[in-house]
Amino acid sequence: MIEVIVSLAVVIAGLAVLGVVLAALYQVGAYVPRHLQEGFRSWVFLGPAVFLVAVGLLVPAIRTIYLSFFDDASKKFVGVDNYVDIFSGRNTRLTVFNSFLWVVVGTALTVIVGLTIARFAEGMRAEKVAKSAIFIPAAISLVGAGVIWGFVYAGPPFNNGLLNRVTSIIPGLPTSMGGDGQRIWMVERGFGPLTPPQGFPGVNTLLLIVIFIWASSGFATVVFSAAIKGVPEALIEAAKVDGATDRQVFYQVVLPYIRATIVTVATVTAIGGLKAFDIVAATTGGKFGTSTIANEFFVTKFVQGRNGLGSALAVLIFVLVTPIIVMNRRAQQRAEEMMGA
Amino acid sequence: MAEVVLDQVNKVYPNGFHAIVDLNLEIADGEFLVLVGPSGCGKSTALRMVAGLEDISSGELRIGDRLVNDVHPKDRDIAMVFQNYALYPHMTVAENIGFALKLAKVPKEEINDRVRKAAATLDLAEQLDRKPGQLSGGQRQRVAMGRAIVRQPKAFLMDEPLSNLDAKLRVQMRAEIATLQRDLGVTTVYVTHDQVEAMTMGDRVAVLKRGYLQQVDTPQNLYDSPDNVFVAGFIGSPSMNLMNATLGGTADAPTITFGSHTLAVDRSVLSVRPALASYFGQRVVVGLRPEDLEDASVQTGAPEDRILVVRTALMESLGSEIILHFPVDAEPYSIMEAEFEGDDAITAVPNDEGHFNYVARVSPRSAARIGETVGLVVDTGRFHFFDPTSGLAIRD
Repeated sequence: MIEVIVSLAVVIAGLAVLGVVLAALYQVGAYVPRHLQEGFRSWVFLGPAVFLVAVGLLVPAIRTIYLSFFDDASKKFVGVDNYVDIFSGRNTRLTVFNSFLWVVVGTALTVIVGLTIARFAEGMRAEKVAKSAIFIPAAISLVGAGVIWGFVYAGPPFNNGLLNRVTSIIPGLPTSMGGDGQRIWMVERGFGPLTPPQGFPGVNTLLLIVIFIWASSGFATVVFSAAIKGVPEALIEAAKVDGATDRQVFYQVVLPYIRATIVTVATVTAIGGLKAFDIVAATTGGKFGTSTIANEFFVTKFVQGRNGLGSALAVLIFVLVTPIIVMNRRAQQRAEEMMGA
Repeated sequence: MAEVVLDQVNKVYPNGFHAIVDLNLEIADGEFLVLVGPSGCGKSTALRMVAGLEDISSGELRIGDRLVNDVHPKDRDIAMVFQNYALYPHMTVAENIGFALKLAKVPKEEINDRVRKAAATLDLAEQLDRKPGQLSGGQRQRVAMGRAIVRQPKAFLMDEPLSNLDAKLRVQMRAEIATLQRDLGVTTVYVTHDQVEAMTMGDRVAVLKRGYLQQVDTPQNLYDSPDNVFVAGFIGSPSMNLMNATLGGTADAPTITFGSHTLAVDRSVLSVRPALASYFGQRVVVGLRPEDLEDASVQTGAPEDRILVVRTALMESLGSEIILHFPVDAEPYSIMEAEFEGDDAITAVPNDEGHFNYVARVSPRSAARIGETVGLVVDTGRFHFFDPTSGLAIRD
C-alpha cells in the first residue's frame, strides 16, 4: 500500500515539476521579441518530445544499423554478411516468408472481416451488443490471445484442444495424434506432406494469423462502422433512386467514400503484422515453422546473443515498414484528391 | 413520363406521429406540381414516399398507372434532386451524371453521348472531368439536375433543390429549372418552403399544413381565392393582413368594422359571396392583401368611407414600392385562434398602446413619413372573408 502511494506521489510530483518548467518557459516566451515568440513557444513544447525521440529512438536506431554491419560479438566489420545470411539461411528465409504472410493475409482478412461485420451489423437490432462483443478481443493483450488460442489448438496427449475435440467427432479424420502435446493442431493432423519447414511452411503460420485477425478485426470493425455511419444518408438514398441495389450501394458508394479509413486500418494492421511477436512467442515460440522476423530477432539477439544477425533482423523490420507508410501516405493523398479536397 | 397519383395516402411513424393524413393528389403527365408549406408540414415526407424512401402506411401510390406502394426506389424509374445535391464525391461530374445509366447497363458509348448532351444543356461541358468538391454551389446544383435529366425518367422529384444557393443564384436557377422542365415535359414534384418558388415555378401548387392538404390550385388562384385562412396567410409576401372584424350595415350598404375603424364595402362583395349574407352583425375574419391599400395622396378621389386613417410606424423602401407598417387597434386573426398556435402562427406582438401592426404596399411616390398620419385607400372589393371558427373562406 505504501509503495503504491509513494509511486503515485512520485508520478504526480514529476508531472508537476514538468508543468512548472513548461509554464515558466512559456512565460519566458513573453520576453522574446514578438516576431520570434510563436516559434519559441512551439519549440518549448516540442523540445521535450524531440529530445526523447532522439535519445530513445534515433540514437538506438542508428546504433542498431551500425551493429548490423558487425559480427555477432560486435568486434569485426563484416559488411552486409548478416543481411546475406538472412536471405540465404533456410530458417531465416522461412521467417521472412512468414512475416510476408502475416502482413498480406493478416491485413487483407482483417479488413475484409471488419468491413463485413461493420456492414451487416449496421442497423441491426443488437448492433451495439454485437459490436462490443466483437471489440472485446481488441482489449485483450496479444499474449493473452495467444494463450487462449493455445487451448484451442493444443494437441494430444496432454492438452487435447478444442479443435481436436471437435474434429475427432468427424468420422474419417485420424483420431490418433501422437506428438508431444505442444504442437499445434494442424501439425498433429498431418496437414501437408511434411513437417515444416521442409513441407508446407505456411500452414501453422496461417493458424497463428487467425489469432491475429481475431484480435485485430474488432478494432477494424469499430472504425469501419463509424466511417460507414459517416456516409451521408442522402448519398445512399440518391444511389437507390439512381437504381442501385443494396449491394451496389455498398460497393460503389459506401466503400469509395470510406476509402481513406480503409487505407488507415490496413496500414495499422500491416505494421502490426510485420511486428508480429507476442502471438508467436505465446503459442509456439517460433517453433514448427512459425517464426517471424520479430520473433527471430528476439531469439537471435536476446536468447542467443548474436548481436550482428539480430541487429540486421531489426533493421529489416524497419526497412519493410517504410514502404507501407509511403504507400499509406500516397493512398491517403489519392483519397483526399478523390474527395476534391 | 407519367402521371403520379396519391390516393388517400397516410404516413404514420412508429412513434405514432401522423405525418401525412389522407393525402389525395393527381399530378398530370408533364405537370410541374409544387408542394409547399412550413417546416414539419409533411411535404418532404410526401415526396420521399413517392420516391420510395419512406414506406406508405396506407393508401395507394401510382406512377403511370402502376401501383408502386411496395416497389423499391430503384425500380420506380424516378429521378430525385436532393437539397444538398448528394453528389458522389469520388466520382467525376461525368460519372455522377452517368451513374444511373451505368447501373442500368446502358452501353458505354450511349452513356457518354447522353452525359455529354445533358452536360451541354446544363452548361457543364467544361466540368465533366472534375470532382464535385472542385465545383461551385451552382455547378453542383447543375450536376444534380444533370443526374436527373440524363435518365429520362417517369418523374422528377426535387427536394428543396435551391435552398443551399445564394439569393441571386436561386432566382437564376429557379428560371432554369422551370424552363428545363417545360422543355423536357417530365412530370415533376417539387418541394419547397419558399412560397416565391412555389408561385413562380409550379403549374399548380399544393399547400400542406401539419400533414393535411389545404388547397391545390394554380398559383394565381391560390393567391386570389385562398380556401382558408392558412393558405391566405401563407401565400403572398408580405403576408395578407388578417384581422378580426364585424360585418355591419345593410345588404345595400355593407360595412366592415375592425377596432375603431369602419369602412364601407362594395355591394359586389356580397353578390359574389352569397354565404356572407348570413354573417351580418357577426364576427368574420377579413383578409386584405398589402397591395390593396394605397396612399390616399397618390390615389386621389377616393370616397372618405373607403379611407383608413392611420399613423405610420415603419417604412421599408424597396425602390419600386414602399412597405408601410401601421398600427391598428384591431386584433389580428392568428392571436385569437388556438388552432394556429405554435410555429405556424403568424405571431403578432402588440405595441405599447395594444395596437397591432398591419402592412400596406404603397407607391414609391407616397409622401408618408414615419410617425405621421397617412390616409390609406382600401380597395374594399378585394376583401377576403373567412369564418372565424372554421377558418374556411366564406363564399357560397
